[in-house]
This record gives sequence, structure tokens and C-alpha cells, in this order.
Amino acid sequence: MAKLIAGIGTSHIPAIGAAMDSGKTEEAYWQSLFEGIQPARDWMAEKKPEVCIIVYNDHASAFSLEAISTFAIGVADEFPPADEGYGPRQVPTVQGHSRFAWHIAESLILDDFDMTIINKMPVDHGLTVPLSVMYDQPAQWPCQVIPVCVNVIQYPQPSGKRCYNLGKAIRRAVDSFDEDINVVIMGTGGMSHQLQGERAGVINTEFDKKWLNAMVEDPQSILDISRTEYFREAGSEGIELVMWLIMRGALDADVDEVYRFTRVPVSNTHYGLTVLENQN
Amino acid sequence: MRETRDYDDIPGTYIFDGEHSRAGYHLNMFCMSLNEVVNRQAFADNQSTYLDRYPMTVEQKTAVLDRDWLAMLRLGGNIYYTFKIAVFDQLSMQHVAALMSGNAAMTVDDFRQMMLAGGRPIDGNRSKKEQQHG
Repeated sequence: MAKLIAGIGTSHIPAIGAAMDSGKTEEAYWQSLFEGIQPARDWMAEKKPEVCIIVYNDHASAFSLEAISTFAIGVADEFPPADEGYGPRQVPTVQGHSRFAWHIAESLILDDFDMTIINKMPVDHGLTVPLSVMYDQPAQWPCQVIPVCVNVIQYPQPSGKRCYNLGKAIRRAVDSFDEDINVVIMGTGGMSHQLQGERAGVINTEFDKKWLNAMVEDPQSILDISRTEYFREAGSEGIELVMWLIMRGALDADVDEVYRFTRVPVSNTHYGLTVLENQN
Repeated sequence: MRETRDYDDIPGTYIFDGEHSRAGYHLNMFCMSLNEVVNRQAFADNQSTYLDRYPMTVEQKTAVLDRDWLAMLRLGGNIYYTFKIAVFDQLSMQHVAALMSGNAAMTVDDFRQMMLAGGRPIDGNRSKKEQQHG
């Protein structure tokens, strides 16, 4: 049966991908970031999961305002990198795992999570930057990917509690899939940042640190943080952190945090990275 | 106008709720169109003519042509959409952020320095009330 071995939280800042794509990783600003990321890459290279479920949000690339899904899952065989205005990122096409993705989609809907099912979509930096963070620049991505897209742009975003419970439902779906494969789930986005308005650039390291500790050790204690509290304390885009709660919900109650790295700033963001292993 | 909501008190922040989305739909869909290279070319050829393809308000069109980033937000724009105009202009998110800062004197370098120094402080920026009593 499929086995969920770990969860990863990482911001999906587009500038990280741009720095890699344009060969700037040796510049001092970026070098220290990639040094901080390296242990997570080493961990990934050792664990070699067959499939990564990547929870992220689309940034007006595949989806527009024509149709807004709260939760969606990609079931295609492959997902091409999106053109976000610069031409598509020169990274490998993302390979899906259609049979597994359909299993998860059916299981989630039977479990009362009404997913939108996507057979065709390009994937933007929200999904490809986490892959770049974890795998550097391979000729092909070493894992198959199941994209789970969350609306965090249009208010009201799903609550932290709803996200956490979706994670639990994803776990039930993984546990009941009949292939002997190792699976990692990534929650992406965050931590505190605000891209818009006169308050652009707001960072709240104290909130992030407390939130991150609680997310690892006692996620129940942060499930009731309101949308407005995320906006106020973590910036209007900081609400992306709810996607990390989907990752956390899919893991065991107790996890080992085997790596953590944070940095202020990366672009306009407090960057966060954590690797959480299930203990079994 | 809708009822007052608790997030209305957050300063310098435009929550993209239903009212906002409804007002900004065509503005944002124009921005979305810049994902396609053929549309970027058409916009480059004649910006004003290109905007006429979208049933936007005069204020919205003016805000786009003037690159008035805050006005675009006030008129229903969402930053992930309006940022596509910045990409078209080859401006970074930090450029746009500096221009939105509400401080006309803030340069991109100032903004970058603020980020390097830990970002815009959260203290004093949580609520309009807090700002007033600062």
C-alpha cells in the first residue's frame, strides 16, 4: 500500500525560481538561501519518494476569475509549466500519477470534500518553485506529482480547520491506495508577507515562529485562527499558511521535525522551510 | 455598500472579497489576458485600443494607463492580476511594492533596504486604530 512518509512546508516565492533559472544562485543574497535549503535537498535525495502531493495555489495562471474552486486536484498524466508573462519557466514538464490522483479525488469526494477535478492545466511557480527548492535543476523531476490547488486569493479562503481536515482525508486516501510507493506531501506558500497596498512588505517573524512551532507540535491550537487574524498578523498573502495545515493534517499526530530553515527576507517574504517525518 | 467587516480596519490592505471581485472582474480579466504572448504584443502595439476590448470603467482604464497601482487595487484589482502589468513593464514586485507604499518618496532601493532590515514592521501597522494612536 502507499505510505505517507513525510510532509514538507516551503514558501513558493517566484524569485527563488527566477534566481535558479537565470544562474544567480552564487550571488551572496541567494547563496545563503540555497545553503539553508541544501539539507532538505539531501534529505529528499535520500528518501526518493515516488510521488509528491503538492498543495499550492495558482496565481491567475491556470485559473482566472471565470471559475473559482476552493479545492481542486489535478488528475492528468502531465502538467506543463505555465506562461506567467515571461514565457514558461524552463523546467521539466511535471509528470502526474493519474490513477493515484483519481483514487484520491474519489476518496475525498466520498469523504465529503467536494473537489474540482482537473484534467488539463498548466502549473505556475506555486508548484514548480517547491520542486526547484527540493530537487534543484534535474533534467526530469525525480517524482510524480499530484497537484492540489487551494483558493487563497478570493475571500473567503477555506479556514485553517477545513484545510487541516482535508489533509486528514488525503491521508485516508493515501493509506488506501494499492501501490507500494512512498509519498511526501508538501504544503507551500507563506510565511508572513503582503504584496499589495500601502502596507506592502509587512513581515511578522514573531507570529511566524509561534505559528510554525504550533503547527509542528500542537496543530489543534492554531486551527481557529481567523482569516482576519492571518491578514492582520501575517499580511494579506500570509493566509497561504493554511495550505501548510493541509500538509500537517495528512501527517501523524506526532511528527519529528528533522529540518527547519527560515530567512527574512526572500523577496518580499519571510521564507520558511520545514521537513516533518512520520514516526512509524 | 456591504456591512462593515473586521478586516476593514487593517490599514493599507485591500481584501479581495465578493464586492471587490465584482467591481474588478473586467480589469482583472484584462490583466489575465497578458498571460498570452499574442495579447502582450497587441497591448504593446496600442495600450488604449487594447483596453477597449474589455468593458472596464473609464477610471479603471485610466488607472492602468497611468500605472496607478493603488487606484487599480481600489477599483477592484487584485495584486496577482495587476502584477501582470508590472511583468509586462519589466518591473519587479519590489518596484510595485515601493510605488504602492503610500509614501511617494519611497524608492525601490528604500523598499529593498526595508526588506533587508526585516520588512515593514508589524507593530503600528495592525489596525487603523493602532496607526492613529500610534
